[in-house]
Amino acid sequence: MSTPAEHPEVLPEEHPVAPYIRTDRMPHIWCPTCGIGTVVKCFATALAESGLDLNKVSVVSGIGCTGRVAGYMKLDGFHTTHGRAIPFATGLKLGRPELLVTVFSGDGDLVGIGGNHFIHAARRNMDLLVILVNNFIYGMTGGQNAATTPLTAKTSTMPYGNFERAFNLPQLAASCGATYVARWTCLHIRRLTKAFGEALKRRGFRFIEVITPCATLYARLNKLGSGLDLMRFYHDNAEIRHGADTREVGIAFQDRIVCGKFVDEEQPSFLEMMHEHYRKTLGSKYVPTPPEGGWLHE
Amino acid sequence: MKADPAGVLTGVHYLDGDFACGEGAMAAGCRFVAGYPITPSTEVVERISRRFPLMGGTFIQMEDELGSMAAVVGASWTGTKSMTVTSGPGFSLMMENIGLAAMMETPCVVVNVQRGGPSTGLPTMVGQADMMQARWGSHGDYEVIALSPQSPQETFDLMINAFNLAEVYRVPVLVMMDECVGHMTEKVVIPPAEEIEIVPRTLTGQPPESYLPYKVDGKPVPEFARAGDGYRFHTTGLTHDERGYPVMSKECQEKCVSRLLDKVRRNVDNIVRLEEREVDGADVVVVAYGITARVARIGVELAKLQGAKVGFIRLITVWPFPDRRIRAVAEKVRAFVVPEINYGQMVLEVERCAAKAGADAVLVPHPGGGVHDPKRICEAILGAAK
Amino acid sequence: MSRTEIRITGFGGQGVVLSGFIIGRAVAVHAGKHATMMQSFGPEARGSACSATVAASDEEVLFPYIERPDIFVAMSADGYETYRDDLKEDGILIYERDLVHPVSKEGQRAFGVPSTRIAESLGRSIVQNIVMLGFFAAVTGIVPREAMRDAVRASVPAGTEELNLKAFDAGYAYFEQEYKGANPREEEETAAAAGPAAHA
Repeated sequence: MSTPAEHPEVLPEEHPVAPYIRTDRMPHIWCPTCGIGTVVKCFATALAESGLDLNKVSVVSGIGCTGRVAGYMKLDGFHTTHGRAIPFATGLKLGRPELLVTVFSGDGDLVGIGGNHFIHAARRNMDLLVILVNNFIYGMTGGQNAATTPLTAKTSTMPYGNFERAFNLPQLAASCGATYVARWTCLHIRRLTKAFGEALKRRGFRFIEVITPCATLYARLNKLGSGLDLMRFYHDNAEIRHGADTREVGIAFQDRIVCGKFVDEEQPSFLEMMHEHYRKTLGSKYVPTPPEGGWLHE
Repeated sequence: MKADPAGVLTGVHYLDGDFACGEGAMAAGCRFVAGYPITPSTEVVERISRRFPLMGGTFIQMEDELGSMAAVVGASWTGTKSMTVTSGPGFSLMMENIGLAAMMETPCVVVNVQRGGPSTGLPTMVGQADMMQARWGSHGDYEVIALSPQSPQETFDLMINAFNLAEVYRVPVLVMMDECVGHMTEKVVIPPAEEIEIVPRTLTGQPPESYLPYKVDGKPVPEFARAGDGYRFHTTGLTHDERGYPVMSKECQEKCVSRLLDKVRRNVDNIVRLEEREVDGADVVVVAYGITARVARIGVELAKLQGAKVGFIRLITVWPFPDRRIRAVAEKVRAFVVPEINYGQMVLEVERCAAKAGADAVLVPHPGGGVHDPKRICEAILGAAK
Repeated sequence: MSRTEIRITGFGGQGVVLSGFIIGRAVAVHAGKHATMMQSFGPEARGSACSATVAASDEEVLFPYIERPDIFVAMSADGYETYRDDLKEDGILIYERDLVHPVSKEGQRAFGVPSTRIAESLGRSIVQNIVMLGFFAAVTGIVPREAMRDAVRASVPAGTEELNLKAFDAGYAYFEQEYKGANPREEEETAAAAGPAAHA
């Protein structure tokens, strides 16, 4: 648990989450009305409220617009290769098990190029909090089709509309074994913050999908108006259904977006299962990697 | 510092190269391994997965080699010495995050037990055709260190060197074994822990307020902070400044990349290890590495019986290439003979260094799937000596 | 000892690789010489015959593979058939008498042992390969008996050392009795010369 010193006091003229942000890197690269900043603010707020020792919290990102989060948060931050945030984070967690390791990345990164790592980390119930910002499109490279692009939506590589079926991410995560699965839009800042706070305190593979507007590409290519229009769309079309059957929460083009907490169950995490198994089979001979890691020193 | 006795299986053993590799890693202080099964390297992680739970190490079998290498880089940022083990097809997948390790200056070790290629090639049979991939396999300009053992004993010894070099230069160190060495069983002497010298991960002594993760202060590498110690540092695969922040400019690129190169290039003489035999006075010098170096020595002896004046240089360090030494030898010999189990890789380096002095570089190729007939090497020596 | 090449063959489950390992270990670790053992990976893994090779020498073994063995240990008919033509003209054949029916070749000496039956008489057929190793040690003398026994002790699963050493000694004794005793079994080689029919 943290001491007050680790949670710096907020100066009156500062933004409330400024102490959690690398202010020397502002302004950020995100477009006006992009939703990623909102998600970061919610996460920072959740961290602030959590009382966690921030020195022990790491954030790992892959590549893409959301991939920049690791560089903007004032935590140990790792901006890795495209798709590999989850395995990188796995190494970080297993190398020093006391760390709270968060993966913060986009849909293209985590379930496009990184899909294999995603399903296996969920299967293992790896001790990671995975925050996936889903804007239905590849933003940084200029609006190409994603594994999350809804059918018929236009992208720069599906100029006549997308004919590939999209992932239903809560279903994917849940079916692979994730023990906490939730979805919100970046309009739901209170609920999203609460979900982050809740997930920070859970163990195992926790997955939170956040639907965010990409006004520059997704909205423009699909003539959906501004980022504000997309937020309005979320307001009108988000449907909160906690505990919904994840098979039924797929997202169709400009259709309702089912939000809520879908899965929240106690299951032993990868590390717990490993420790328990080795204690059972090896008894007192088992020497676990110490919480502070396998760093060897005199 | 001395090795952690928990990882050192002191004694006289009869081990194959793969097992010796695993023992060397554990003796060197490796406590995190991520891997994916692939012939002929899998025995290394089988050995490690059996012994790690007894010494505070963690092994995880990842979903693929992309993930294995990424996990190794991640784990190393906790200060835990980390490695992965693979063969050609997996090595190809690892290139992405070997580049990341180079860019982030992450100490780690990657073992490649080489088999015949390209593609799936000859899974159970020897090759040495990944040597250039070791040097150039990931995109962009970077330097690595690569070592090549010729026996199980040397595999054990070089694993310790590899981990130590990774710490000193903060680079991925590649141990380029081959299937023959990996699957051959020989005597391996593992010394007591107090006789094994280990370079520990040295953590920065600076306070977090003034710490900059990529500031070097004239030293070859920056000081290391590990995740979880309150430094709240940032590191990235993007071109970055001393703060570890991305800076997209040619000035920053020059500064960042040239330092990645210089830390190795300026220390070639400190890094390179060669074994030399009868190079002085030789007309022809054989340059070889790995299993081929052993076989080549028979060829050298056969040629000597026929009156040839032959020297022998074994590359223990294959990358960085020992330019200076080969150039110096080139001044005095007629030719180099380079047998390798490929169609010409390290010979290109020898040729480059020999050209100015007018010495020849003669390749003795082998397609893979076996080792050279020493008679062929002898013939090449005799041919080159004419 | 100048370079001595050994091939051991048998079927899967006979402990072929362990046999090669023990011979190599005896030479390299317990007798202070050099030995490189290779398992049959790749083209050598022909048919159901499993194989291991050892190159042993007083000097460093530079070439790890073998071409024509000086000593060929055949524990199965398949293994014998697969590799018999490789044995050097003046090589030594050591075989499982009940399973292998060798064809004699001039210049080659052959020594048979009913290692499976001996192992069974000790209560565990699984130690057949160790009986064979005892016999091998006695026939070849390439390492002192004690070095081989040390290698057996160091290589078998903990708790089975006694049984395995008994098996080793039984194989060793068989050679002493049958080939060096009052009535050396000269007919062995004659029988081998006559081919399988002589054993039928």
